[in-house]
Amino acid sequence: MDLSLSTRTVGDRTVVEVGGEIDVYTAPKLREQLVELVNDGNFHLVVDMEGVDFLDSTGLGVLVGGLKRVRAHEGSLRLVCNQERILKIFRITGLTKVFPIHTSVEEAVAATD
Amino acid sequence: MATVELRFSALPEHVRTARLVAAAVARRAGVDEAVLDEVRLAVGEACTRAVGLHQSNGISAPVRVMLTEEEKQFSIEVGDEAPHTPTGEAPGTPGAADPDAETEEDEMGLAVISGLVDDVEVSAGEDGGLIRMSWPTTPPATLPA
Repeated sequence: MDLSLSTRTVGDRTVVEVGGEIDVYTAPKLREQLVELVNDGNFHLVVDMEGVDFLDSTGLGVLVGGLKRVRAHEGSLRLVCNQERILKIFRITGLTKVFPIHTSVEEAVAATD
Repeated sequence: MATVELRFSALPEHVRTARLVAAAVARRAGVDEAVLDEVRLAVGEACTRAVGLHQSNGISAPVRVMLTEEEKQFSIEVGDEAPHTPTGEAPGTPGAADPDAETEEDEMGLAVISGLVDDVEVSAGEDGGLIRMSWPTTPPATLPA
């Protein structure tokens, strides 16, 4: 399965819905998308990972890169994920401390701190 | 001899194939269903690292994946042919254009592997590197005595 990406605006947040597999082959597409959003002035991103079947360290690297970019503009990058097998990857790499991870898009969009 | 051996050109698009094959062979070997996600991720990380090493060193040889069903365990070896300098550094090693960036990605993948897999060995020499990982298997449930 390939990577699918779609974006929509909710208030001052931009929600990026990601589906499929994020790996060494597809991660560059996600990186491009995040870079483009930031370049267009969208600094508050919510990445919805509910449709993600696979995530590896390349994907983590892209998310960390995205976080660095939005932070340079006082922005935020929040994740939405309930899948244990994806959450586990954030946990073993210590990235649960780096990313705010929410259980729903609504919750992520409403979050302010 | 490996139960299944896979060689693929060092290109990112083939890493997924390696994951799928490894998971299929692991399932057949009796690796617990709950652990298959870990097998998939770990072999993907190892192959991603090997692809990166081949590409950055300009190596045209394929990446090798050996999947071996043993008596009570299933093992995966991922071999690359990148010249690793054994501890310390050999000055003037070619292909190390951006050592920092590479080391970072390298370490992230290895961090995931060591976080996931209890039994893992990483070795490297002048002829290449090898990541060896293994998982316990459960014997077939219904073998009449």
